[in-house]
Amino acid sequence: MSTLLTVRDLRTAFPSTDGPLPVVDGVSFDLSRGEVLALVGESGSGKSMTALSILRLVPKPGRVVAGEVKLAGEDLLLRSVSEMRRVRGHRIAMIFQEPMTCLNPVVRVGQQVVEAIRLHEDITTADARARTRELFAEVGIPDPDARLDAFPHQLSGGLKQRVIIAMALSTRPEILIADEPTTALDVTVQAQILSLLRELQQRRDTAILLITHDLGIVNELADRIAVMYAGRLVEVAAREALLSSPLHPYTQGLLRSIPALATRGEPLPEIEGVVPPPDQWPKGCRFSTRCTLRFEPCADRFPQEIHPSPGRRVWCHEVERSAGAGVEEGRS
Amino acid sequence: MTTLEPYVWSNLVAGVLLLAFLGLARLVRGQRLWREAMGELWGRRRLAILVVALYTLIALLDSVAWKGGVPDGTVGVLPGAPLTLIDRLFLDTQEASYSAPFADIEFYGGNPLRIPGAHPFGTDILGRDVLYMSLKGARVALLIGGLTSLIAIPLALFFGVGAGYFGGRFDDFVFFLISTLASMPGILLLIALIMAMGRGTLSVCIALAVTGWVGFCRISRAETLKLRELDYITAARALGVSELRIVYRHILPNLAHLIVITFVLMFSGLVLSEAVLSWLGIGVDGSWGQMIDGARDELSREPIIWWNIGAAGSVLFVLILAVNAVGDAVRDVLDPRTLRGGK
Repeated sequence: MSTLLTVRDLRTAFPSTDGPLPVVDGVSFDLSRGEVLALVGESGSGKSMTALSILRLVPKPGRVVAGEVKLAGEDLLLRSVSEMRRVRGHRIAMIFQEPMTCLNPVVRVGQQVVEAIRLHEDITTADARARTRELFAEVGIPDPDARLDAFPHQLSGGLKQRVIIAMALSTRPEILIADEPTTALDVTVQAQILSLLRELQQRRDTAILLITHDLGIVNELADRIAVMYAGRLVEVAAREALLSSPLHPYTQGLLRSIPALATRGEPLPEIEGVVPPPDQWPKGCRFSTRCTLRFEPCADRFPQEIHPSPGRRVWCHEVERSAGAGVEEGRS
Repeated sequence: MTTLEPYVWSNLVAGVLLLAFLGLARLVRGQRLWREAMGELWGRRRLAILVVALYTLIALLDSVAWKGGVPDGTVGVLPGAPLTLIDRLFLDTQEASYSAPFADIEFYGGNPLRIPGAHPFGTDILGRDVLYMSLKGARVALLIGGLTSLIAIPLALFFGVGAGYFGGRFDDFVFFLISTLASMPGILLLIALIMAMGRGTLSVCIALAVTGWVGFCRISRAETLKLRELDYITAARALGVSELRIVYRHILPNLAHLIVITFVLMFSGLVLSEAVLSWLGIGVDGSWGQMIDGARDELSREPIIWWNIGAAGSVLFVLILAVNAVGDAVRDVLDPRTLRGGK
């Protein structure tokens, strides 16, 4: 698999009275062609901001302050605004959390997709409309001919999300960023949308950056998982490895708190507290304020990136110590 | 190319308005949202809509003019002057002076009425038929309301949407403009502008527009600020849509209901403002305001001459009432905040 998107040391900050306040603080990952990478974390951990930073759509006054985002070798952060506009929707498309509000309420949905296609391709309205009809059929919208002329309020949430997916895929993007694509939907509809995404991803070989806090979805769809906490990655690994043997205490905590995996009759284990806001992030490991395994370097020093096994990255003093001990034991 | 005479322009405008109305009606019929809204409007305010339609019809009849067709020497007609349909209906109705409504015989300087009983609203001091003048006023009123809105609303949208969407310096500039205008007494600014531009229908309309766009500018700015943060704007940006196209395609259509509401509500206020200006002597010729202004002193005559001011006041009152009733219903039907009961 060839690497399509390279994100290196991405930093996004919002200005505040105490200087720039980082919300994404040095995130690095790769996305290969046809791969599904899940970015997992609690609310406020900076997942969505990472996605918006890639497309350079961080809401003002925030901005990307450092790092590089390379799409097939070209740094998107150095592109001009109009060049960036040709990348958006054309090579990297994004779908958002709320299908209810992502469509213009006063324009017919078919027309919206037609406009999206004609934005990036020089084709006639009739051709674009025919393509839209095919797309609607492909994303499983029943009776696509009639739905083309529907207004958003005439469609259910699931149908709207299908329209949005059709719109995002209309120009055959290489990368699809899906920001909590099923959070606002019913459970049954969630399953349908997920299988649709997986099917489309396999048929079109699109890379997906999936942003979610739902580990169930991750298990359904992801090839690799990156766990994010307070603006930084804490652990990146292949799906099976991360779900079966999480190394970082935060990942472990997340997995323990899945209701389906908990022991019946006992209180659901939780991670105490909440993600601290960006102005209260600790100097050292960001998770140190809530970590049960915390020891003396944690609060003062950032843990280094360590590679316990090929393709696996983790940032944790505790893992580093036990790994180091393991190596020493092996020597003696 | 010779310049067109005013009456040809007037004919053209009447034609264009008629075509625009037909086009709009077709558009409304095609869009279910608007069709339903208009249907509900019709159900709620049938009488008011009919009244407004009647005034519009009279104004249109008064806009269609042509030359000739009148024997030379008809009283009150300049030879070769274009006459409108309304003019032609009231040819040769001039009396010597005042007559009360429906009066059979009245004497002024020994002359009896030429056309006894034929002046349902009476005649004024110069013997002109008051009904005729009231009908003529409809065109002026609609012209002022329509033309001024046509200037003021685009102006307000340009500044309001621009300030709301792009923010920053432009927003500061617009707010500077708004506060500057708001800090000047409106009536003084109006008088100054009309005096500077010279009296005339167009300059009155421009002056009213310049002093009247601020309110809608604030509204459209606030609404744009709200719309700008919505997901479908972000989604459009994520699809690579340019900023100007977002404004044109996603912001403006979502302001459409506000534009319609503002137009209708602004309209009646503008017609009233013109009456105030006429009272100050800088209004538009032939307006109801001028009739009222001219009839002011006659109220103190003995016997009292009431029909003149009464007629002008009544037709003004009925139009304003009807427009306001329609405007109210338009707001109820179109504004999503005044929720309609579930259907």
